[in-house]
Amino acid sequence: MNLPSPVSAAVQAGAASIDGADTAWLLVSTALVLLMTPALGFFYGGLVRRKNVLNTMMMSLASVGAVGLAWAVLGYSLAFAPGTRWVGGLDHALLDGIGLEAGDWGAFPQLLFFAYQGAFAIIAAALVSGAIVERMRFGAYLAFIVAWSLAVYAPVAHWVWGGGWLGALGALDFAGGAVVHINAGASAVACALVLGSRRDYGRQAFLPHNVPYVLLGAALLWFGWFGFNGGSALAANEVAALAFVNTLLAPAATLLVWMLLELWRSRRATAIGAATGAVVGLVAVTPAAGFVPPGAAIAIGAIAAVPSYFMILWRPRTRLDDSLDVFAAHGVGGFTGALLTGVFARTAWNAPADGALAGGWRLLGAQGVAVGAVFAYSLVVTFLLLKGIGLAASLRPTDKEESVGMDVIQHGEQAYNRGEGAVLVLERRNPPRATGGEP
Amino acid sequence: MKLIVAVIRPDRLNEVLEALFREDVRGITVSRVEGHGGELTTVETYRGATVKVELHDKVRLEIGVSDAFVDATVAAIRQAARTGDVGDGKIFVLPVERVYRIRTGEEDEFAVTPEPRSGEVQG
Repeated sequence: MNLPSPVSAAVQAGAASIDGADTAWLLVSTALVLLMTPALGFFYGGLVRRKNVLNTMMMSLASVGAVGLAWAVLGYSLAFAPGTRWVGGLDHALLDGIGLEAGDWGAFPQLLFFAYQGAFAIIAAALVSGAIVERMRFGAYLAFIVAWSLAVYAPVAHWVWGGGWLGALGALDFAGGAVVHINAGASAVACALVLGSRRDYGRQAFLPHNVPYVLLGAALLWFGWFGFNGGSALAANEVAALAFVNTLLAPAATLLVWMLLELWRSRRATAIGAATGAVVGLVAVTPAAGFVPPGAAIAIGAIAAVPSYFMILWRPRTRLDDSLDVFAAHGVGGFTGALLTGVFARTAWNAPADGALAGGWRLLGAQGVAVGAVFAYSLVVTFLLLKGIGLAASLRPTDKEESVGMDVIQHGEQAYNRGEGAVLVLERRNPPRATGGEP
Repeated sequence: MKLIVAVIRPDRLNEVLEALFREDVRGITVSRVEGHGGELTTVETYRGATVKVELHDKVRLEIGVSDAFVDATVAAIRQAARTGDVGDGKIFVLPVERVYRIRTGEEDEFAVTPEPRSGEVQG
């Protein structure tokens, strides 16, 4: 999303008309990013206990409906309509004025840009759910993600990409390291603080109930991430190719380093570790993908494994039940990626400014400001939002309901039925027929 | 020796295991089963079809113990598995004719857990 003014001006000059290749690539990319949300459902769903898998997967899937519509009604406008440095205006509320013309977003219809950005908002909200799985009432969760997408996600997207103050400061965020990942990571901490830990947290181990789901989810996330990063070039061009290849190389490096760390620490490379490592690498390369040479992407991926790995080891010893380590993977991974973007960015590789390695210390400073500002804003506002919702409705089910499991309590379904032993309840919608006798 | 068979709620399994380990009862077989103990049926919905689920997930424990441990084992399960609602489960204590430990060929009292506290048995 290289939207700082010099680049977007260059795009604008040639973007009076629709470009077929650009449009095609953004159409595909939008679908790829949308796939990441159910993929995340599998990733998270495999990590929880079997009695909560449907609820966990629904937390991701429901975001497509709730945040997708919130984005159409108001979110896109708050993020991308002309407004102040802090938040966009209301010009595009209710899809107003979002047409089929090309514009300064690229040589494809604004409607497509709206959908592409909407897929980002949807996955960002779904990411937060990993902090609060197995213990939140579903209605309160829906209210929360709608409010979060409008009050937290949209303004932060505006700061960085929509003409806000971080973009003006020169902070670089190619595909959403700060907007999506640091944002989700900070919100995860706030959510875990407000919700509190699961019953028996710290006393019993909560084991992942389906490790193959975790691998399936990670694989599909990676696949979708090619649209997340590659599409963020907003054109079918050499920048898209660079971002695409970096999205292959960086997570590969993280995956390898993660396995080596595990081999060194415990003599066994685990499957969940490998899946987590790949996701951390994807997070870390996100802000850098279209701004750094491929060699630097490998370095970013390799370095990013270390802080997230140790964070995941350390976090369960704290009282913070960020259940699926959203902060360690997305927050810490996002910090590492955003700061290393400020180190490795090269103007020769499409970056608007050189990073510290090429003498551009100013860029590294801007990255630091962006990281800190997004983290602080997201943490505080998410905390207040959840506290507010908590005043109107209870956020958590009772202890007994929590022990039975969210699937049966919240959704009236079980994930792994044998399919037998249940009795069909016939609805007596037609009283005369009921005289035939009770079943 | 007795064989203790207990059917409990899955969400009490961790508490029961903790209670058993505290009583030094370590040899245990756990199976996931389905059953019905008179509790209310839950109503679930699949694609618009409303169903009453009569069979609930349960966990069955099988523990072979020497006579001295029967009461302690039963007490531990009773205390840890109880929620007070219908469906907490049952405990059956059955007589056992003979027991062999396959690895060592030990028999009867020496083959069940916990082993008699006096006699040291080679591991």
